[in-house]
Amino acid sequence: MSTTIAAEAPAAVGSVVHLEGVGLSYGKTRALESITLDLPSGRMVGMIGPDGVGKSSLLALIAGARAIQEGRIHVLGGDMASARHRRNVCPDIAYMPQGLGRNLYPTLSVFENIDFFGRLFGHDKAERNRRIAGLLRDTGLTPFADRPASKLSGGMKQKVGLCCALIHDPELLILDEPTTGVDPLSRRQFWELIASIRDSRPGMSVIVSTAYMEEAAQFDFLIAMNAGRVLATGTPAELKRQTGADTLDDAFIRLLPEAERSNHSNVVIPPRDKDHEEIAIEADHLTRRFDGFVAVDDVSFRIRKGEIFGFLGSNGCGKTTTMKMLTGLLPVSEGTARLFGKTIDAGDMSVRRRIGYMSQGFSLYSELTVAQNLHLHARLFELPADTIAARIDEMIARFDLADVVDALPDALPLGLRQRLSLAVAMIHAPDILILDEPTSGVDPVARDRFWQILAELSRKDNVTIFVSTHFMNEAERCDRISLMHAGRVLTSDTPAAIVAARGTATLEQAFIACLEEAIADTADAAPPPAAASVAPAETSAPPRKHSAAFNPTRMLAYSRRETLELRRDPIRATLAILGSVLLLFVLGYGISMDVENLTFAVLDRDDSVISRDYSLQIAGSRYFTEKSPITDYAELDRRMRSGEIGLAIELPPGFGRDVSRGRHVEIGAWVDGANPTRAETLRSYAQAIHATWLAQKGRELYGDAAIAGSYQLQLRYRYNPDVRSVVAMAPGIIPLLLIMIPSVLAALAVVREKELGSIVNFYVTPVTRLEFLLGIQLPYVVLAFANFLLLVGFALTVFRVPFTGSFPTYAAAALLYVTATTGIGLVISSFMKSQIAALFGTVLITLIPAIQYSGLIDPVSSLQGAGKMIGLVYPTSYFVTISRGTFSKALGFATLHNELLALAVMIPVLVTAGALLLKKRAR
Amino acid sequence: MRLGNLLQLGIKELRGLARDRVLLVLIAYSFTFAVYEGANTLPETLNRAAIAIVDEDHSPISTRIGMAFTAPYFSTPRLISQYEMDRRMDAGLDTFALDIPPDFQRDLLARKAPTIQLNVDATRISQAFNGGGYVEQIVNAEIAEFLARTREAQTPQIDLALRARFNPELKRSWFGAIDHLIMSITMLSIILTGAALIREREHGTIEHLLVMPVTPLEIMVSKVWSMGAVVLVASALSIAFVVKGWLAVTIDGSVALFLVGTALQLFATTSMGIFLATVAGSMPQFGLLLIMILLPLQTLSGSMTPRESMPQFVQDIMLAAPNTHFVMLAQAILFRGAGLEAVWPQLAALAVIGGVFFVIALRRFRAFLA
Repeated sequence: MSTTIAAEAPAAVGSVVHLEGVGLSYGKTRALESITLDLPSGRMVGMIGPDGVGKSSLLALIAGARAIQEGRIHVLGGDMASARHRRNVCPDIAYMPQGLGRNLYPTLSVFENIDFFGRLFGHDKAERNRRIAGLLRDTGLTPFADRPASKLSGGMKQKVGLCCALIHDPELLILDEPTTGVDPLSRRQFWELIASIRDSRPGMSVIVSTAYMEEAAQFDFLIAMNAGRVLATGTPAELKRQTGADTLDDAFIRLLPEAERSNHSNVVIPPRDKDHEEIAIEADHLTRRFDGFVAVDDVSFRIRKGEIFGFLGSNGCGKTTTMKMLTGLLPVSEGTARLFGKTIDAGDMSVRRRIGYMSQGFSLYSELTVAQNLHLHARLFELPADTIAARIDEMIARFDLADVVDALPDALPLGLRQRLSLAVAMIHAPDILILDEPTSGVDPVARDRFWQILAELSRKDNVTIFVSTHFMNEAERCDRISLMHAGRVLTSDTPAAIVAARGTATLEQAFIACLEEAIADTADAAPPPAAASVAPAETSAPPRKHSAAFNPTRMLAYSRRETLELRRDPIRATLAILGSVLLLFVLGYGISMDVENLTFAVLDRDDSVISRDYSLQIAGSRYFTEKSPITDYAELDRRMRSGEIGLAIELPPGFGRDVSRGRHVEIGAWVDGANPTRAETLRSYAQAIHATWLAQKGRELYGDAAIAGSYQLQLRYRYNPDVRSVVAMAPGIIPLLLIMIPSVLAALAVVREKELGSIVNFYVTPVTRLEFLLGIQLPYVVLAFANFLLLVGFALTVFRVPFTGSFPTYAAAALLYVTATTGIGLVISSFMKSQIAALFGTVLITLIPAIQYSGLIDPVSSLQGAGKMIGLVYPTSYFVTISRGTFSKALGFATLHNELLALAVMIPVLVTAGALLLKKRAR
Repeated sequence: MRLGNLLQLGIKELRGLARDRVLLVLIAYSFTFAVYEGANTLPETLNRAAIAIVDEDHSPISTRIGMAFTAPYFSTPRLISQYEMDRRMDAGLDTFALDIPPDFQRDLLARKAPTIQLNVDATRISQAFNGGGYVEQIVNAEIAEFLARTREAQTPQIDLALRARFNPELKRSWFGAIDHLIMSITMLSIILTGAALIREREHGTIEHLLVMPVTPLEIMVSKVWSMGAVVLVASALSIAFVVKGWLAVTIDGSVALFLVGTALQLFATTSMGIFLATVAGSMPQFGLLLIMILLPLQTLSGSMTPRESMPQFVQDIMLAAPNTHFVMLAQAILFRGAGLEAVWPQLAALAVIGGVFFVIALRRFRAFLA
């Protein structure tokens, strides 16, 4: 690297971080083992080691994002186990977690993301705008201020993350693998940025973890880690001296325990046999566009049979897209791609048999064992059945997988998993291997081993290998490489020739030179960052370092951000706005108790005036619809079985005559008992109609004496005189919908942050639990209240449910109710880990008490035991009473104030419970 | 489409499912306890209904009526004053209030046809409907018995011999069990196929499949058949052991014919699962979509309340949903013992809907892969 980061490191004034006997376990896995360290302050401290050795865990512990399990951690002069100290120092610590843009909000723009952090640290609008403008200028992001974070390249995401971290002038900057997956130029720009920030803030300490040894070589102080332990500490020079190695890579390998080092040998690739000049892969002016954006722009190259061809470039520069076009995964927009002279057609299966492909990241079936994975792929490539077993054995032997044949891939270390992927890609003995970043995140020993296999495949088996990588030492091993940037190939030659042509010392410098030239050529749209004044230098007494117990600005920062995110998520927004109306519609019409249009048919064996009068009596009822008459039993049976008729009446021969003569007559009637509720209604209607007919006939035949001596039962259907289902249902469904959807959305909002990783912002910024919860709750309360108005409007207009009571009382109660129900969602979110569990769990947890115990079906007064207890403390019970009271019973505040009070009392209880259950650090 | 690939890919799906404990538990629960519970927790319309009596008569007959309301249908009647009645009903404490006027017994015996007033809180619709009838029957019976001692009734001897077919005792548990079985079939087939696709996408394995000599059609068909087969087998076992065995429901019709119908239903719903998974992209979004799709499908298909009582346009729209036809078919076969001659229209409708859904899902799936 050309810049000297360690330029003016101030004299160490002591330690910024002091660790003593720190240990950490995830379940049974031991992540860190008794780590005792002192990190010098005002320095650039690097942590080196492959993936999964505990670097990230250690950084999270130092940042205060993870709860301490064992040992003591002192940061900036205080104990991180003390919540008070954490609160005091968190404005001085900035933490950027691992993963490109992991603590950013993907749907928010660059500006909105940084602005959110500014709000969390309590800057006012003018201050925020000034700082953001400065940060954007210094990072060269000004032209991209309005672009959503998800649409940025990896390097840009990291710069935005850095802006977010720097907005509050931290004294300690913690960066977890900030440059993994970022191209060399962006990487260098990133380090230049850090250097200039350190120049302007000499007291700032920086702790960085990295997998790139070339970067680490520039740091002031290094900590080499492996398997949860510290291998060695010291300056890069000291480490090299200790191990007697020339490079840091070698030094690290020598520091490893004997067991891990034993099967390591330096990769030696014999020169290629020049006999094979057959072209294996040929790309000719390949272009690929996605919705107006050119991902791959006029790319041409030829790869000879048996050659190892390397592809270098940043994430998102078009490497993966090019590879996908060559495999036939993506159709080509323009140009041609040929394999062995044959144009690739995306639908052509024969091409696929000649290619082995490893996609970026591990992509085998983690639910299948190693052997099952191999077997599946052998079958899908249609290897002859009798050769499969032998071929699998061969692969297992060659890729040294014998010990793990029955293991599941997830249980294996990354290096071994990548070997399995390669074995799978080779199962059908393809001529061409296309490998997309196969060694990303793999430790140096395993990486060398992987390359040893590639060398063997190329040189011994004459397999053409097309591989992309971020590691320069891997690129140097390729026969030829192409450098790619923004969809274009910058240069393509042997590594040595590229270095020679540029006249640089290393391949990396040559690459950077090419990139700079390309950027200067294309446009000055994204000027390289002026390593000039960095915003914090020009601070004018920032209004910060106060951590009041409750700060409305921070709360509103969360509300604002949640609203923006919700607006940009079509599925969640639809559910939030239309979900409840859709469900009101569905339930209002679906759970109808109104029984109408019941079908019946008559088997009239008499066909007299009286028998026809009897059928007319039924047909005349508004509940029944008559179907064509039945002629015999067989037909009756058939039509009832098919469900065409619900009630069948048989009038016996001589019915009219017998009735007239006062003889005993029996009418046969059958109801369809398939649906018992409907059958009961049918039965009672049939009986009622029969009784009415009987009374009429009785009066006609025997005079009034027949009915004398009786009484009348007057039925008064109160509140809903027409006994319309929907009038009764709507006021009951509204409380149900206002608990289910708002609580699901509120629970999802918190659990989403946990699952996507942005919860870390809550862990490491001064925002308190109450501010976080209320901030997230607020937009959902507003939304749920809007929903309430929509539901009432819908009930009044579409279902024409009359509203008789006091609307202000109802609305006030609704506001209290939705605050309580979103509060329930927040409480639930504290013990749900995944979004899907939060979703179904919340539906179950809220619906059962709401339906069973809240007076929706049976009044709470008629419940017993536990059900009654739940009913008495559940908000739905009170809101159901208010809803029915104001809708149907013409009630107002005077009669309902007790219920309102009960709802109001629940809110502080729920919010406090949510805040107490929420953890301010990961566990 | 090659059968070998379909078989291999299907087996892979089954192996994947076998390792997913959450889904296995969900399948086991949905086809056993959920069906059992569905049969037993379907609320009777009247369960300890709250009733109050305003007895202004204080006669033997009014006391007698008051004592006739007993558990499990009614809670013990509370004797209240007329003034209390309105207040208690407003507060939702009582669903029924029976007002027996002063001198009721005297007027009854003097053939003056006195009037008893029954106040029903009609906002509790299910109780209001059937409960009113029950109260009427009880009052009738008590008065009839009381009067029987004084004189004889003279009414024409015309009886209505009313019998319920297919479920003579009108056992709700039968209905509830089948209702829940249908629900489980629909829900799981959508969840299993959807989850199978989303899992592949989240793990990046779908891309891996595509570089192999496998077509999108084969990938989709293999998911449809494998997940459909799981649900079909689970349904068959559930009918045999839970519905017939545990719950002792009498099934009149041919279970084989029902399973043929189920297979067609699964064809449609698994396609739906694929479609939703391509729209959603991630598991949480899939879950949200599921809530918005499943509830209407369940409630409006006629499995909970009869289709006839829904507005015509809802009935028409719901004809496009496979569930509507499947519910008709299931009820016809399992309850009424209908055979092929009665249910072929539903089978045909399911096949057509399934075909259309499949084609739409396949198109969407292909676009999603590109």
